[in-house]
Amino acid sequence: MQTENNATMTEALEAGHWELRLYVAGQTPNSLKAFANLKRICEEHLTGQYTIEVIDLLENPRLAAGDQIVAIPTLVRKLPAPIRKIVGNLADTERVLVGLDLRPRPL
Amino acid sequence: MTTEKESNVLFSKSPTGIQGLDEITGGGLPRGRPTLVCGSAGCGKTMFAMQFLVNGVRRYDEPGVFVSFEEREQDLIQNVATLGWDLPQLIEQEKLLIDHVFIERAQIEETGEYDLEGLFIRLGYAIDSIGAQRVALDTIGALFSGFTDTAILRAELRRLFRWLKDKGVTAIITGEQGETTLTRYGLEEYVSDCVVLLAHRTVEQIATRRLRVLKYRGSRHGTNEYPFLIGADGISVLPITSLELDYASSTERISSGVPRLDAMLGGQGYYRGTSILVSGTAGTGKTSLAAHFADAACRRGERCLYFAFEEATSQIVRNMRSIDLDLQPWLESGLLQFQTARPSLYGLESHLVTMHGLVEEFKPRVVVMDPISNLIVVGTNAEVRSMLSRIIDFLKMKQITALFTNLTQDGRPLEATESAVSSMMDTWLLLRGIESGGERNRGLYVLKSRGMAHSNQVREFLLTDQGIDLQDVYLGPSGELLAGTARYQRVAEEKATALVREKEIQRRQRGMERKRQIMEAQIVALRAEFEAEREELERIIAQGEVQEEVLREGREAMARMRGEGPGYNTESEG
Repeated sequence: MQTENNATMTEALEAGHWELRLYVAGQTPNSLKAFANLKRICEEHLTGQYTIEVIDLLENPRLAAGDQIVAIPTLVRKLPAPIRKIVGNLADTERVLVGLDLRPRPL
Repeated sequence: MTTEKESNVLFSKSPTGIQGLDEITGGGLPRGRPTLVCGSAGCGKTMFAMQFLVNGVRRYDEPGVFVSFEEREQDLIQNVATLGWDLPQLIEQEKLLIDHVFIERAQIEETGEYDLEGLFIRLGYAIDSIGAQRVALDTIGALFSGFTDTAILRAELRRLFRWLKDKGVTAIITGEQGETTLTRYGLEEYVSDCVVLLAHRTVEQIATRRLRVLKYRGSRHGTNEYPFLIGADGISVLPITSLELDYASSTERISSGVPRLDAMLGGQGYYRGTSILVSGTAGTGKTSLAAHFADAACRRGERCLYFAFEEATSQIVRNMRSIDLDLQPWLESGLLQFQTARPSLYGLESHLVTMHGLVEEFKPRVVVMDPISNLIVVGTNAEVRSMLSRIIDFLKMKQITALFTNLTQDGRPLEATESAVSSMMDTWLLLRGIESGGERNRGLYVLKSRGMAHSNQVREFLLTDQGIDLQDVYLGPSGELLAGTARYQRVAEEKATALVREKEIQRRQRGMERKRQIMEAQIVALRAEFEAEREELERIIAQGEVQEEVLREGREAMARMRGEGPGYNTESEG
């Protein structure tokens, strides 16, 4: 698993790729909202440069520890480094962009 | 599923295996429910939680999950390695699982609604993967610094504790103490079954740890603040008493090591399993009395544990030799064990723990503490009292006879300093200096001795090169006690008087003997006189009888002669 990550990481860096993971627990309204919001934001700001992996913790509970997931839904920006996490249904686009470092943090 | 389970586990308890705590709580923490353990930083919360889990695995075969919000797994493992807890081994055996939940505030942005389902899933997964029955969350307050939406957090915590109950796990939730509330984030609002408060205070430069069971729904529990210690085996709590005084009372008597003292104590010595206080001013022979008691125990083949707070072992052994008491053989045979330490080196709790540990290990039948007054250096009177009552209780439960010596100070009311402890003592011997005639001698009283007829006499207490000796004390003409030389003088005087008296008696006896002889001589004379008279009388009586016989014979002869003519009578009639 570790080597796999490293491999994708290198690829992603070469392509200037954004690797995003969305952790959910079943098809809850918040999870569905989060996925829809994420999809929309990515299409607008990262067209063709991103992959979204949705991990359902109800199916793979052991994966929660790896990315230190506590809240659901959580979006993890695996690449580019450093890791960023955005918690919630991603309703506020501005904050999502800040969280992904696509916008500078408001002072 | 849950209803049946709940009715089964109602009031059932999950033993913590923490020494003393299970006594206070009457068996442990509420099984299948969460318990809140709160206290300030460094008070031992994490240790408490970990010990609960480790004991669960080791002693009760209940696997456990430790969710750490603060410390990393390796740190936790290292921290408890000194206690001999091999966490990696337990983890490998799949009896323990540590999950470090790390929330880095700086990494996290919040937008929109969320819940803590991720935590539930992690916890649920951990519990199910090893079949955990115990869970520790240390400290869940960290969530509040990781997330900003407290409304969500509170709702989720409420859900979490309910969920833990439904899972049927016995959980410990630790919480940092708040300024005005029990926990900084008011966790006590959610965890209401059992609340344990830990405190770490420094009083007069000596740090003490305290534990209090603040609340225990549906169960009786000790409500006091109990000292506890993090020692070599983890946490041990020292309950003052086991809530009830229900230890067995022995009727067996054991010797005090001084025959005359045994005589004063109803002729047989102390009761086994009681506590004895020997108090006195400096140099009145407390240690000597204690050493005799220890010696007597060893002679019976019983083990004796001697806590010496003032003197080194070699010093006591040497000093006792001077009164012909050799403790060395007992030391060598292992029947006698000394534990010497200056009280100021440790806090009171530390002493308690050490004592408990030693008693458990050495299993003595007799314990000596010499002197307990030195413990006052370490704590206040009240603390010492509570500590002693705990010791006494502990020893009584184990039917160990304990002798405590107490140094009283000159000038103070003699018995006031011990008022704190005396009520817990069954026998109280008082050694007192008696000053008279330019001498200082020792007197011994039996102030009280429960359950036996004991002497009300004062005895002079002598330390001779043949051991302890108790002598009768004499009263002077004005009622003062005579001891030492005065006593010798008095003894001599009494001897002289006695001699005179004896002579007098002998003289009188001789006089009486003489009188008796005279009387007997008179009796002999009287008897002789009587004999003489009696012979005379008998002779006269015999003479009379002879005369009578003669007369009777004469009358008969006459009758026979007249009988030749009985017709004469008829003729004269016809």
